[in-house]
Amino acid sequence: MQLLLTLVPGLPLLSATLLLLVGRHLPKAMVTACGVGSIGLAGIAVALLLNQWLISPEPFSVTLWQWLSVGSFRVDIALHLDQLSIIWLCTITGIGFLIHLYSSEYMAEDSDYSRYFAYLNLFVASMLVLVLADNLLLLFLGWEGVGLCSYLLIGFWYQDAANGAAARKAFLWTRAGDAAMAVGLFLLVAEFSSLDIHEVVAGAQLAWVEGSFLPNVACALIFAGAVGKSAQLPLQTWLPDAMAGPTPVSALIHAATMVTAGIYLLARLNGLYILAPAVLSVVAMIGMITAVVAAFAALAQHDIKRILAYSTISQLGYMFLALGVQAWDAGILHMMTHAFFKALLFLAAGAVIECLHHEQDIRRMGGLRSRLPVPFWSFLIGSAALAALPFTAGFASKDLILLRVWSSGPEGALLWSGAAVGAFITALYSFKLIFVVFFGDINTEPTRQPGWRMAIPLGVLAFFSIVGGFISLPLDSVVPLANEEPPHGLIAMVTAGIPIVGVLVAYLLFGRQWIRDLAGPMHSTVGTWLAAFWHGGWGMDTLYRRTLVQPYTALARGLRNEPIDVLVNLIAWITTQFHLGLAATQNGQLRRYIAIMVVGLILMLSLVDGGAS
Amino acid sequence: MMPEATVPMEHALIVAALLFGIGLFGLMLRRNIIFMLMALEVMLNGAALAFIAAAAHWGNPDGQVMFLFILSIAAAEVSVGLGLVLQMRRQIRSLDMNDASQLRG
Repeated sequence: MQLLLTLVPGLPLLSATLLLLVGRHLPKAMVTACGVGSIGLAGIAVALLLNQWLISPEPFSVTLWQWLSVGSFRVDIALHLDQLSIIWLCTITGIGFLIHLYSSEYMAEDSDYSRYFAYLNLFVASMLVLVLADNLLLLFLGWEGVGLCSYLLIGFWYQDAANGAAARKAFLWTRAGDAAMAVGLFLLVAEFSSLDIHEVVAGAQLAWVEGSFLPNVACALIFAGAVGKSAQLPLQTWLPDAMAGPTPVSALIHAATMVTAGIYLLARLNGLYILAPAVLSVVAMIGMITAVVAAFAALAQHDIKRILAYSTISQLGYMFLALGVQAWDAGILHMMTHAFFKALLFLAAGAVIECLHHEQDIRRMGGLRSRLPVPFWSFLIGSAALAALPFTAGFASKDLILLRVWSSGPEGALLWSGAAVGAFITALYSFKLIFVVFFGDINTEPTRQPGWRMAIPLGVLAFFSIVGGFISLPLDSVVPLANEEPPHGLIAMVTAGIPIVGVLVAYLLFGRQWIRDLAGPMHSTVGTWLAAFWHGGWGMDTLYRRTLVQPYTALARGLRNEPIDVLVNLIAWITTQFHLGLAATQNGQLRRYIAIMVVGLILMLSLVDGGAS
Repeated sequence: MMPEATVPMEHALIVAALLFGIGLFGLMLRRNIIFMLMALEVMLNGAALAFIAAAAHWGNPDGQVMFLFILSIAAAEVSVGLGLVLQMRRQIRSLDMNDASQLRG
């Protein structure tokens, strides 16, 4: 058991090390065996652990070695398996394996094949360390590790400068959140002189009064880290640009796993967050606003991957909304189902892009339904789950979130209505994508069909996107569960009906040629302006460029001439001038020296004489 | 008692000052190093004459002793100086003092 748990992050790490060191010299088949096989073996280890878990559900820890010890403060490299981490383990290794398999075909032609798998394996290892960590410092190590791999993989095709810029942007934005999170961790160390998650949570529940100052500050700081990592308002602008990386990377890192690390962190520290109700209501509010704002932004995009990126931001907003109203189980369930259907959507989008010669603009797609049947059906199932149509996994989780939000207290109705608007827009844009890409007239002929290594992951994920919602997650020992049933009656029917209305509207707007021709109001000034505004992500990028990037570069340009140093340099300049003046008198002319000596002598003698008389 | 037919000390000192001045101007104005050495000798003689005059005036033999010292120093100076002149001639092929300005800063 303990060995198995160690192997789960150990195998991908071993494979990543091997590939980084000697991957360049290995044959391609070997790289594939290493890269895909290590995740597969880790997946088997997780399956064995899960099997054991179902027989005897006992959380346990493995302490590998002591990391550091300063006085009474001590941090171990220790892994901890409980209900929460096993859910993430299954998601990461399961979806991770499928995406690795898919990558082995998607990246087959790339010259940097082994580097790609090395980074991807390193990512999986870091993510596993993050969710298995027994203490917050080890968690932070994994947290930064996934950030690093995200940076490396966004900028994977570094020959294009724009990709490097996108990678830096992602790294810096998440780092902004991480700085706040590190301060939060320091606060916890200062208060409890420990970073062990269970000790901290237990200590906080003993020492801190609910709603007092310290828990609010600590939770707010740690939440800032989650906001950066999970691309919530106001740190969300990096995620759409992160689509510069290879599509399987977007599926694994920027949809299924890394961006849900924020959800994991909040769920893991739920004992702490319950002490800070004010922060929780901020979490819910930010989640709701993000869900709506990102959904509108997704509606106006033309790039198929940017649509999915904004949609990911929006869905993460729903998860934070759920956590904010203390519907922990609903948030975690949505994390899992979202991982299934968003990975499916990204992989299907990747298949479409690959088959259309790297075409990403949906305006140049169309009529692919019969040409690319496998991506079409995958996309249809994924979009249905994303829109939360009944009988899909997305419905099970999102419907639960909305109903829990409704019954969550005085702010419930407000939060529900925001989330409902978001759900409507979600259905609208996800089926807009279906109608524009797969129906209508053919614009670009596909040049190939996806092979089996692409088709199998699509099939498996499509299966889970339908049935994934019926998996009942055992969470009773890690998060407090709601006692009452979600509300029934009218509100349940309205909640379930919103996505269906959205799909119908999408059909009317985008599925019917005659209505598209009639859609005059869409082309009015306000409509065009709104579309451009949403296309730019509500002008957030422009805002940040104006308020942060441009002043900073202006400052840097001013400091390039080192204005402070001018004063110091002035002193040096004066000294140098004196030196040059004195050096000029040392001209080597002996006769001039004699003359000067004589003049000096006469002056001195006359002074002495004057003094004597 | 002072001897009758003596030169007054002032006269001797004036001659000494003239010699010193001639030497000094010679040192400053001549460019040829040999002339400069000669001017230096003249200056030494001027100083020596001042010592002799002072010694005669006060009847103190210390001045005479000092003259002997100056004489030996002048001899030593000339020998070193002529050695330097030979080196100068050999190294920079000139006896012009203005050409020997390698030590300029």
